[in-house]
Amino acid sequence: MNVPENLKYTHSDEWLAIDGNVATLGVTDYAQDQLSDIVFVEITVDKGDSIKKLTHVATIESVKAAADVNSPISGKITEVNESLSNNPELVNNEPFGKAWMIKLEIADQAELSSLMDAKAYAEYCSTRGH
Amino acid sequence: MTEPTIYELSSPGRTGVRFPEPDVPLTHLPQSLMREQLPLPELSEMDVIRHFTHLSSLNYCIDGGLYPLGSCTMKYNPKINEETARLEGFAYTHPLQPEVTIQGNLALMYDLQETLKEVAGFAAVTLQPAAGAQGEFTGVMIIRDYHRSRGDAKRTKILIPDSAHGTNPATSAMSGFEVVALPSDARGNVDLAKLREVCDDTVAGLMLTNPNTLGIFDENVVEVINIVHQAGGLVYGDGANLNALLGIVRPGDLGIDIMHFNLHKTFSTPHGGGGPGSGPVGVAAHLADFLPTPLVGILEKATADLPPLYGFIKPPKSIGRVKSFFGQFGMFVRAYTYIRMHGPEGLRKVSEYAVLNANYLLAKLGDAYHLPYKRTCMHEFVVEGCWPDIPDVHALDIAKRLMDYKFHPPTNYFPLIVHEALMVEPTETESKQSLDAFAEALLAIAKEARETPELLKEAPHDTPIGRLDEVKAAKELVLCCWLPEEN
Amino acid sequence: MFIPHTPSETEEMLRKIGVKSIEDLFKDVPQKYRFPKLNLPEGLTEMEALAEMHEYASSNETVKGLLSFLGAGAYHHYIPAGVDSLLRRAEFYTAYTPYQPEVAQGTLQAIFEFQTLIANLTGMQVSNASHYDGATATAEAGVMAYHNFRGKRPGILLSSAVNPQYREVVCSYLCGYENINIQTLGGDFTLPGNPDDLAAHVDAETALVVVQYPDFFGRIFDLTSFAQKVHEKGALLAVVTNPIALGLLKTPGEMGADIVVGEGQPLGIPLSYGGPYLGFFATKKEFARKISGRLVGETTDAQGRRGYVLTLTAREQHIRREKSTSNICTNQGLMALAATIYLSLVGKSGLKQVANLCFQKAHYAADVLGQIPGFSVLSDAPFFHEFILKCPRSVDAVNAHLLERDIIGGYDLGKDCEALVNHMLICVTEMTSKDDIDYLASILEEVSHD
Repeated sequence: MNVPENLKYTHSDEWLAIDGNVATLGVTDYAQDQLSDIVFVEITVDKGDSIKKLTHVATIESVKAAADVNSPISGKITEVNESLSNNPELVNNEPFGKAWMIKLEIADQAELSSLMDAKAYAEYCSTRGH
Repeated sequence: MTEPTIYELSSPGRTGVRFPEPDVPLTHLPQSLMREQLPLPELSEMDVIRHFTHLSSLNYCIDGGLYPLGSCTMKYNPKINEETARLEGFAYTHPLQPEVTIQGNLALMYDLQETLKEVAGFAAVTLQPAAGAQGEFTGVMIIRDYHRSRGDAKRTKILIPDSAHGTNPATSAMSGFEVVALPSDARGNVDLAKLREVCDDTVAGLMLTNPNTLGIFDENVVEVINIVHQAGGLVYGDGANLNALLGIVRPGDLGIDIMHFNLHKTFSTPHGGGGPGSGPVGVAAHLADFLPTPLVGILEKATADLPPLYGFIKPPKSIGRVKSFFGQFGMFVRAYTYIRMHGPEGLRKVSEYAVLNANYLLAKLGDAYHLPYKRTCMHEFVVEGCWPDIPDVHALDIAKRLMDYKFHPPTNYFPLIVHEALMVEPTETESKQSLDAFAEALLAIAKEARETPELLKEAPHDTPIGRLDEVKAAKELVLCCWLPEEN
Repeated sequence: MFIPHTPSETEEMLRKIGVKSIEDLFKDVPQKYRFPKLNLPEGLTEMEALAEMHEYASSNETVKGLLSFLGAGAYHHYIPAGVDSLLRRAEFYTAYTPYQPEVAQGTLQAIFEFQTLIANLTGMQVSNASHYDGATATAEAGVMAYHNFRGKRPGILLSSAVNPQYREVVCSYLCGYENINIQTLGGDFTLPGNPDDLAAHVDAETALVVVQYPDFFGRIFDLTSFAQKVHEKGALLAVVTNPIALGLLKTPGEMGADIVVGEGQPLGIPLSYGGPYLGFFATKKEFARKISGRLVGETTDAQGRRGYVLTLTAREQHIRREKSTSNICTNQGLMALAATIYLSLVGKSGLKQVANLCFQKAHYAADVLGQIPGFSVLSDAPFFHEFILKCPRSVDAVNAHLLERDIIGGYDLGKDCEALVNHMLICVTEMTSKDDIDYLASILEEVSHD
């Protein structure tokens, strides 16, 4: 299982890449592996929306399960990845790359402190079996 | 063999059923309002009859064999029901006919309402909801309006045990409630401590399935209901599992405030390949005023010479209408025929033998399959479809392999709280011989799982088609066999 | 009854379980409430039950015994013999939802064909496997539109020319949604006009506009320019339609509808006092993943053979639970099969014939009835097979007189619309002959002379 070093992680399997005051959000390799073949991705926020911490930003579906993606931080959406709706398999193939979901301007840097680093996330995953 | 689609079978210019020429002087519809193309297939009557006969042969059905889908109550659908529902006096009545011309229908609906009240212990019953899920929706709206009518606006939560049907949380959310999941305790009952903790003045109600989806009767049911009532909430009973309770216990007596019935489960109306269902709702006296409109009532009592005059009545605080007209009337006729053939002793026997059959099957399988909650079950039970020593074999493989043994698989992967769940409901209409044969198949599969697991992994071998690529279906999303722009 | 066990088998089974009696299996049930005595009449044999049901049935008058001019959402059409003959195959009606596709290809392919027929009939690209009836399908259109805009457009506009029962059900379904704003427009007190008049009410808050075509009063309005106006405001348009009318009429799809719903009962399903009926729901390809209810999709097995499965099930209630947008589970499978068989049997030419017969006979009826002194036909637009007949007296009085002459008169429009007191909605289908219409006219003449 891939857990890139330079990212921040949540207990609900989202990752965040921080670049100054802009964060990019996606779901982890562990999450895509649990869901298996992703057949549909819907981003449920629009560019320009201001969202609060834990806002539901995307839904991903496999044939047997569906998962909500929530943003662990507040901010203003600056970009959404339109290409995922036509290429949901990107979430399986490149969860940390082309399958990013949204970019947002970070409203409150303090909210980042509750996120895990790669080591903590890898440990957390190993406690969950499978 | 793959059966062609009706569009593939179509031959331009061929006709099926024809109609007479108009017997009136002709009028012309403006061309601008007419369609140019009518892309429907063109077949002869026999083409159509053969096509659907071929299709029917690809289905497994109750009349062909045991159909142990847990939570679905796939019992025998008596043939007489099909005759009574088609009686001309029922089938050719229009729902907007004057009430005086339709006294037979109204009397039957009234008698069915009364019967369901008696069977489940309620003060009033509506027949309108189209299916169980719509019955739940009706029930949750009644809960909402009941609290509102008392000026109690802060009740925004519905409690739902994790062993409940998926429709319960979906229904609550649709109705604007926040869903709070309740865990089960080690015996599969509602966790009382947790229930007490969450019960406060923001709780509108609890949705309780009893027996629950594990097939277990909650031993603390009276206490569960009391806790919710004491907090000012109402208790909704999911009647999907009523086949275990006829003449055994009346949910209304236990204190349940609202419950839906599934006529297509408990009262033998056919499942029709996925409907129509029928989901009447019963309520306790304090909720009768909220039932959907209209209900059938007696407008004028019977006299020495005349039968009663039946008619529609509108409950004063009705939540409104959830469906057009009065419900799935054809299903009322079937269900009522069934109930009349059983009488009180017969109904009790239904549940007694449904529970006997389930426990017998469980006793035969108990050594080979892991039972997560070791208790007497009611009309169904849930085992794990996997073994720790053969991690590659899953419930799905067992289900598929059962098809090679000419049985329909049980419900699988539900309830979600049991790992690799196989949920088995044999129903009372299966004989001992049929249960024995089914148990033998499951025991043989348990053996194969260890000795020749590939037999399970590649199953089914013996069906019209093999395991289908669901990922492809969901991604490509081909939902029609013929569209004009593609041709 | 239907329990096969012999006493010795029951004994043997109890021994295997390890209990003495069946009663012992119910110890979890509180003793106080266990084994209540049900106060119900004793059970009957099949023969007796049939006789009893016959008694109920024979206290009804039927549209076969009497001459009926009722429509208003349920229609008396001819059902070819082949429909029921196939529906009575137990392989169809005693199966359940096709959760196991390997042993349910018959049901799955039939639903796939139903989806195709409905899409083609309505001029749309996708259809689901059915809803309970036309009213709930209309409500599901509201649900889909609301979710399509993620609640940001809370407005649902209903034309008052939509079947009043459908409007009630839309309100029941949607009233729990956050900020929802459902409005009925077009004249609560007058006969609603052309849908174009509604366009001014569509704004940036509107998610969906619902109109009926032909409308509840039978009238046909071209919706093309209206659809454009709705779309200019960014809202969606749902059209409630009658599938038989689409044998002749321009499709809602051609006119720009985003969602087309309706009551499928006219397609080979008996009147049966209002149910079971069939809701159909079709939409554009782009909304395929937002449809609630079941969908069947085409795929292949490992050997490349074509087959069908329930698809997009991860959105449904058994997986999504409180996050699914609908709680629908059971649909109207067998009724969808009936419609599929009906459309296959009558085919392209048969459906055109039925539609044309309805149209022609209704126009003859309007012509004849409109000439009776005191009666007149309100016709501000072309109509299909229903029209408004203004009566010289209350509809109740007219219908009471008709009933004495073995006629079930039209639907009383004054019940839903004050402006239409003393107006009835007359429906004529292929089942009505010229003689029937002439007979109705002769009886109404009596009313006008009374």
